[in-house]
Amino acid sequence: MDFDAIRMIWLRDLIRHFRDRVRLLGSISRPILWLLIMGTGLRAAFNVHGISYTHFIFPGIIAMNLIFAAMQSTISIIWDREFGFLREILVAPIPRTSIVLGKTLSGSTVAFIEGLFVLGFAPVIKIKIPLPHLFLLLPLMFFVAFVCTSLGIVIAARMTSFEGFGVISNFVIMPMFFLSGAIFPIDNLPFLINIAVRLDPLTYGVDFLRRILLGIKTFPLHIDFLYLTIFAVVMLSIGVFEFNKRT
Amino acid sequence: MNEEVIKVKNLSKDFGHFRAVDNISFAVKASEIFGFLGPNGAGKTTTINILCTLLMPTSGEAIVNGFNVVTSPDEVRKSIGIIFQDPSLDERLTAYENLNFHGMIYHIPVKTRKERIKEVLDMVGLYSKKDHIVRTFSGGMRRRLEIARGLMHRPKILFLDEPTIGLDPQTRQYIWDYLLNLSREEEITMFLTTHYMDEAEICQRVAIIDYGKIIALDSPHQLKNEFSLGSLNEVFLRLTNHGIRDEEVSGREHLGHIVRTRRLR
Repeated sequence: MDFDAIRMIWLRDLIRHFRDRVRLLGSISRPILWLLIMGTGLRAAFNVHGISYTHFIFPGIIAMNLIFAAMQSTISIIWDREFGFLREILVAPIPRTSIVLGKTLSGSTVAFIEGLFVLGFAPVIKIKIPLPHLFLLLPLMFFVAFVCTSLGIVIAARMTSFEGFGVISNFVIMPMFFLSGAIFPIDNLPFLINIAVRLDPLTYGVDFLRRILLGIKTFPLHIDFLYLTIFAVVMLSIGVFEFNKRT
Repeated sequence: MNEEVIKVKNLSKDFGHFRAVDNISFAVKASEIFGFLGPNGAGKTTTINILCTLLMPTSGEAIVNGFNVVTSPDEVRKSIGIIFQDPSLDERLTAYENLNFHGMIYHIPVKTRKERIKEVLDMVGLYSKKDHIVRTFSGGMRRRLEIARGLMHRPKILFLDEPTIGLDPQTRQYIWDYLLNLSREEEITMFLTTHYMDEAEICQRVAIIDYGKIIALDSPHQLKNEFSLGSLNEVFLRLTNHGIRDEEVSGREHLGHIVRTRRLR
């Protein structure tokens, strides 16, 4: 475990992210779009489990920003490969696990900050979050971001072009998001869709967030936690395996 | 002083059906400036990539600074510095930040790191530009920064893959003078690849490589004597014996295509 390497890789990605004005702007516009337009437009339409729709989708919107931002940040691996910097990293005497951890942490941090931005809208749509809940919510958001980033890294490690990455990640993000219970409740779904829902790590992330924000639970707490943890560990392992390859 | 810091025995590398490096063997002595001279697609970059632990050999053995590139990659990495052919700087960071990043991942302690950054930037004449974003640098400046970076951690061996490609004559001369000076003052071994004959002249020994095979290995002076020719260029053309090479393009493209679609490089 090389903490210097992890810290440096994390720091560099963050410096690069915050120097990119256009990307920062994009990361602000997405949550605004979803929350205000979708939520406001559909609010009058219906209630879910006795709660207004805007409130119902709020945890899902947070999760959506977490996964989108997490996946997008892992494009930095493809960027580094295309523009040569990845070689500088690979040729250095640092363990490959540290490279993967550094990249995962930087992606999670960036995604977490985007998630925070959405969280800031809570008072606007009148969701109250007591302080003790916040202490649980924030690490949890980071954890969900971490899980999503680890998946993004595995995808990025095997992709060679920006376009390919864009296609695949949308192919992955969209179903993951729609099947996570973020925008519609997941009880009473057809059998096969149900399986997909239960395999989707985001389902447990959304459930976790919704439990804290709104008190609605679908799965037992330990299932949420266990699935997310195991998923992250598996993804990280594959990531390290990919980075160890020297063909 | 006759210690062999790089030992390569029967090294081969295949990319599918394409044999990029074909059973080559050579040794580089300590503090030597050793060159790999050959056209594009000859296998120079592939060889350097194997020696730098970026690529696994298909067969054969490569020992760098006493460590096997396959079994002890991290030990190899600690002792080498590399200046790549394609630029590998972070354009969005400043010169200082690029060097600082390098210093950290090579575990240079904080205080030493700061001093060393100043030292290497002074060596290549870029200290005044340390807080400029690398994107604003010219090709020559970037190459000088890469050299500074490659030397930061005081490697025993410096690998340079086509170090002056694409640079103007003044910058090329500057870099050659710098490398010759470096070789005289510090005890760094240098392994460089090039397809420029004038660049090969600064090497103490040159291996001429074509189609993945070493077809000659000696000092530039000896090579010219052996063939009674006035320039390495003529020696090279005599040895390789053909005009414009179509295979060169397809070989290189093929290789380039495969290398790009491999996963992590």
